[in-house]
Amino acid sequence: MMMQDNLTAGTRQIGPVVMELRNITLRFGGVVAIKDISFDIRQGEIRAIIGPNGAGKSSMLNVISGFYRPQEGEVIFRGVPRGPMKPFQVARLGIARTFQNIALFEGMTVLDNIMTGRLNRMKAGFLSQALWWGRAEREETENRAAVERIIDFLEIQNIRKTPVGRLPYGLKKRVELARALAAEPQLLLLDEPMAGMNVEEKEDMSRFILDVNDEFGTTICLIEHDMGVVMDLSDRVVVMDYGRKIGDGTPAEVRGNQAVIDAYLGVAHD
Amino acid sequence: MDQFVFAAEVVLNGLMTGVMYALVALGFVLIFKASGVFNYAQGVLALFAAMTLVSIQNGQVPFAHLINAALGTQIHHFGWTVPAALAIALTALVMVGLAFLIEKLVLQHLVGQEPIILFMATIGLAYFLEGLGDVMWGADIKTLDVGLPQGISDGIEAATAQWFGYGFFIDRLDLWATLIAVLLVAALVAFAQYTKQGRAMRAVADDHQAALSVGISLRFIWVMVWSIAGFVALVAGIMWGTKSGVQFSLSLIALKALPVLMLGGFTSIPGAIVGGLIIGVGEKLFEFTIGPMVGGATETWFAYVLALIFLVFRPQGLFGERIIERV
Repeated sequence: MMMQDNLTAGTRQIGPVVMELRNITLRFGGVVAIKDISFDIRQGEIRAIIGPNGAGKSSMLNVISGFYRPQEGEVIFRGVPRGPMKPFQVARLGIARTFQNIALFEGMTVLDNIMTGRLNRMKAGFLSQALWWGRAEREETENRAAVERIIDFLEIQNIRKTPVGRLPYGLKKRVELARALAAEPQLLLLDEPMAGMNVEEKEDMSRFILDVNDEFGTTICLIEHDMGVVMDLSDRVVVMDYGRKIGDGTPAEVRGNQAVIDAYLGVAHD
Repeated sequence: MDQFVFAAEVVLNGLMTGVMYALVALGFVLIFKASGVFNYAQGVLALFAAMTLVSIQNGQVPFAHLINAALGTQIHHFGWTVPAALAIALTALVMVGLAFLIEKLVLQHLVGQEPIILFMATIGLAYFLEGLGDVMWGADIKTLDVGLPQGISDGIEAATAQWFGYGFFIDRLDLWATLIAVLLVAALVAFAQYTKQGRAMRAVADDHQAALSVGISLRFIWVMVWSIAGFVALVAGIMWGTKSGVQFSLSLIALKALPVLMLGGFTSIPGAIVGGLIIGVGEKLFEFTIGPMVGGATETWFAYVLALIFLVFRPQGLFGERIIERV
């Protein structure tokens, strides 16, 4: 893959910290899923969370997106500590996400699915919508235009009107990304965007992720299994194992970290 | 020729009864679509709406019996009457309030439960609302009149008499009910397809987790859907209440909505309408043609037998989503 060149092209700007996680601990009953983890995500970067199965990566993403509520620790978004929030409130703050097992509206068309991503950008009153007049008409046109740009960008023009339920897995993943992008998020969370894909699909998806980051300047935090992909894509990597953070840094730093090597090669724990 | 004209009248009447069935079925479909709950209380909701409407119109004091028993007073009426339009608006507000309370007190505590649990909760809700209606407004049979025209339409009778030599008996109330139902359905379809809230409603119906992730508040949508279902119940209550009086049996029309739903599919608004029409026309025609041979009264069972046949051969209904089990 030749993305490395893209990354270092110098057009990208890594800004200040957007999201800071401070001493997060998450328990399910007696099971500790995340133990005292802190890290941050900077504006405009691609931040990866990696680790073996069951390391707590998805739980971490669910904490950021409000689906899980940690027992301890603070989630600080744009400098403001976030109180306990429902997932829909987090989404309204500008944090969009995709799911490991794909959560799309199967009965709706691709276009309608992506349009739901813009629901919170529509402000028109009920009456104005009912009469299709004034603000509502303007908004619908604007939102439609924005969605069409994303559709072009992700090269899914030809399935625009297809009900999502009929699409193959790889395309569903792409539609889910499109829906998240439609919200024009401040922070985009991708839960295993390449899980279950073949090599070709993986390359496509990697390219889209890089392009999104590059062209829209979207801050991305992603979880991935495949070490190779992560190393090519990301600016900085957090490594988790058994709910703990065992490494944090650039791909090169992480690759040289003994604890990470052990976790991946499966050294016996005492 | 005579037989044919007579049959045409039967079909016409059947179509209009069908619209009324569809109206009740619509309330079920809305809630089922958005929350996957089969709302057993929909019929009682219609009864409750009709009761509230009549009582507001007559200026009745809510909970009069309780108040009198507790305070030893003898109040029953405020001493005013409320114009029909205002009373309908007030009742609609009551239904919205009720939707809010149902979400707050019942649904919110059952999030993530099995559909059967939610179904049981709506059975409880049905009995509770039935009792609440009686305690609030009294259990006597009430006459509802919001100014809808009633009685046989003389114009249609005269016109058809001239054309076919046989005057059709068409109730003007049925005509109005049809018109209003058509408008209501058109409005609901437009709402679901073209408004932001409608899109959010469809999204919630499809996948809760995904809906949350795009910033949709499930609670808001549920209150909204139950409010709309309450409003549909109000319209159905007005129509059926005007036709046959506001009394307990009004809540049983919900049972007629069941075969309609089995025919049309639980998730389809057009299905509810077509299902209603098929049942309405079907039962009238069956009574007209086969009825005399089996001693009549086929209307009481025809719809259920038809639904049963559908369950065997096409369990998802005419318009329902295909049931595909993936292994």
